[in-house]
Amino acid sequence: MADPTLAVVLAGVIMVALNAYALLGGADFGGGVWDLLASGPRRQRQRDLIAHAIAPIWEANHVWLILAVVLLFTCFPAAFARIAIVLHIPLSLVLVGIVLRGSAFTFRSYDSRRDAVQRRWGAVFSGASIITPLLLGTAVGALATGRVRAPAGSFAAGFIRPWLAPFTIATGVLALALFAFLAAVYLTVEAGDDRELADDFRRRAIGAAIAAMMVAGGTLLVARRGAPMMHAGLTSSRWALPLHAGATLAAVGTLGALALRRFRLARIGAAGFVSLVIWGWAVAQFPLIVPPDLSVLNAAAPATTLRFIALGLVAGAAVLLPSLVYLFRIFKASA
Amino acid sequence: MHDLLAARGQMAMSLGFHIIFAVVGIGMPVLMVLAEWRWRRTGESVYLELARRWARGTAILFAVGAVSGTVLSFELGLLWPRFMAFAGPVIGMPFSLEGFAFFTEAIFLGIYLYGWERVSRRAHLLAGVAVAVSGVASGIFVVMANAWMNTPAGFRMAAGRVVSVDPLAALFNPAAFQQTLHMTLAAFVATGFAVAGIHAALLLRGPATPFHRAALGLALLVAVPAAILQPLSGDISARAVARQQPAKLAALEALFTTTTGAPLTIGGLPDAADGTMRFGLRIPYGLSLLAFHDPAARVAGLDQVPRADWPPVAIVHLAFQAMVGLGTFLALLSLVIAWRTWRRRPIAGSRGLLRAIAIAGPCGFLAIEAGWTVTEVGRQPWIITGILRTRDAVTPMPGIAVPFALFTLLYIGLAAAVVWLLYRQIVRMPAAAPHG
Repeated sequence: MADPTLAVVLAGVIMVALNAYALLGGADFGGGVWDLLASGPRRQRQRDLIAHAIAPIWEANHVWLILAVVLLFTCFPAAFARIAIVLHIPLSLVLVGIVLRGSAFTFRSYDSRRDAVQRRWGAVFSGASIITPLLLGTAVGALATGRVRAPAGSFAAGFIRPWLAPFTIATGVLALALFAFLAAVYLTVEAGDDRELADDFRRRAIGAAIAAMMVAGGTLLVARRGAPMMHAGLTSSRWALPLHAGATLAAVGTLGALALRRFRLARIGAAGFVSLVIWGWAVAQFPLIVPPDLSVLNAAAPATTLRFIALGLVAGAAVLLPSLVYLFRIFKASA
Repeated sequence: MHDLLAARGQMAMSLGFHIIFAVVGIGMPVLMVLAEWRWRRTGESVYLELARRWARGTAILFAVGAVSGTVLSFELGLLWPRFMAFAGPVIGMPFSLEGFAFFTEAIFLGIYLYGWERVSRRAHLLAGVAVAVSGVASGIFVVMANAWMNTPAGFRMAAGRVVSVDPLAALFNPAAFQQTLHMTLAAFVATGFAVAGIHAALLLRGPATPFHRAALGLALLVAVPAAILQPLSGDISARAVARQQPAKLAALEALFTTTTGAPLTIGGLPDAADGTMRFGLRIPYGLSLLAFHDPAARVAGLDQVPRADWPPVAIVHLAFQAMVGLGTFLALLSLVIAWRTWRRRPIAGSRGLLRAIAIAGPCGFLAIEAGWTVTEVGRQPWIITGILRTRDAVTPMPGIAVPFALFTLLYIGLAAAVVWLLYRQIVRMPAAAPHG
């Protein structure tokens, strides 16, 4: 039978992978948003900076999502199966977005330099960078509503209503806003000595931060009716106050650092804010993976599987983490 | 369209699409590294040029492989949730290891593609080696998971539930060795001949530049040994399938009745309705010899399998014939190339040979598609042999024809873009010798 401690640890590892995906892969999607919204006299330089920042790392960043999915179906197969059945539609659309974003970004770098060609791939890249986080956020929000149940009744009741509601739309917009915020903050650092370009993204980062905080507040409001369990966890549990205090501190700190042009500090603050939102969600629904019924305990794989996966994770991390550090030191050391 | 059929169609299309890019992700890094290594050893700039151009092609193809592989990791659940709920705990191990291998591949490919000016020459070459090694490793892990579907091991069933899971026994299931060997060799054959085919065609069209000659030489260095070894690996596979998956062997050989001293049928159209074979060329004792290395061996026919559990015989048999035919052609061509090289006569000196290599270009990939058809269709009606039926694994969501159509259109568009971009890369190749 399942091993409770190990199951909780592995669920934590999956959350760490999702957290890393949001901070790294999410920011790559956010880069696509700013590619679309590039404007002013430095439009082309903004786009070049984004492409330059994303190009060497987006594929590695993307693998965090695959790792989370693989660990989910290995360690919590019942939860994975339920999610895959009920959220088939938004997840399929997320996949279309992932395919279009990645391939259009790569194709743009290797196709003709002609403006029309570059614009066409750029439109696909940035369009997909907006749609994918929206739908991914929607799917994650659906989990929090507690409506991802074994399908019964009509097609709409089984496969659409669980993920299409004011609350899930709010979480979709929240994901998009958070990713755009992260990307803008990171790009202020990437801009390096180019003060004009750094200021372009500083303005965008401040705007995105305010937007993200408003959407986060709005999401909490609609959660009252749309995801009552989540709402209760985020307002009245013992850790609600420290969580909100931490998030507020991170958000205000980020804005302050941006105002003072302390971009590296702002980067830490932004990453902290987004991580707190993600862990707030995780803690609010713990120990449930798919509310109302599938939990870290009752959806876990047999103990043998969990033990082998834990060993595999240790071995994998021993290869992965130094490689990742090496990658980021090569391409992000000066940033 | 029936949902089960649509789900199978979507899965087959997604796998058939992804396998091309996955194979390129295994084969191309080896070619890049070989070219860069030759450049470091000889100082001939033509090899540096090759390494850089091959790296560009790899970047395009790897990106498509990464995103289409993501699609598959989700589709396992989106289309076959009951399979994943059942099999996840047993074969999650190879998938997790594959996750790490793929991670490593993506990291070092980033370093390889964008690090020419940022890391030392030595570190750059080593990054390429890391890409090549992790590419082979990730292919091996995924094929191990597939082998488990053919020869499930490492668990027991009790009251419809999986118990006594042994992830190591599942990982090293009976079919794992021969399938990973066959697929890894196939990746080198297919990529090597595809690249060699392109450069052979360009040599036929234009002057024999050092660039194309060098490219042809390196590509054949990868393809030829693998293509010569592949029939041996095929023999190991055939004998293993005969013992482990007799129903699949009977289908791929279209052997309807159990026979002692069974003949081998080359070509032919099997008719499952009346259990006959038309137009085939029969080689007496051939099948018993190949499957058991004994002319008198008894080979189980489809009559040993309940009629309802037969795989689609005609498809499996024709796909098998196609795979073996293409593989044989590539192996024979490789022997000619090896002999000519041994006699120290340049490959590019013979237009006939160049033409044959150009024709061989797509053959490795066609053989891979045919081979996967044999493995997957030959296992039907099971998704896990003898344990879970494909129809019991499919998602309860109706209307799967819609995502099937959506992904088909998406992949057609993607394929067109990739072909156009690679064509652009290739037509821009230096026609005359750029560096002498």
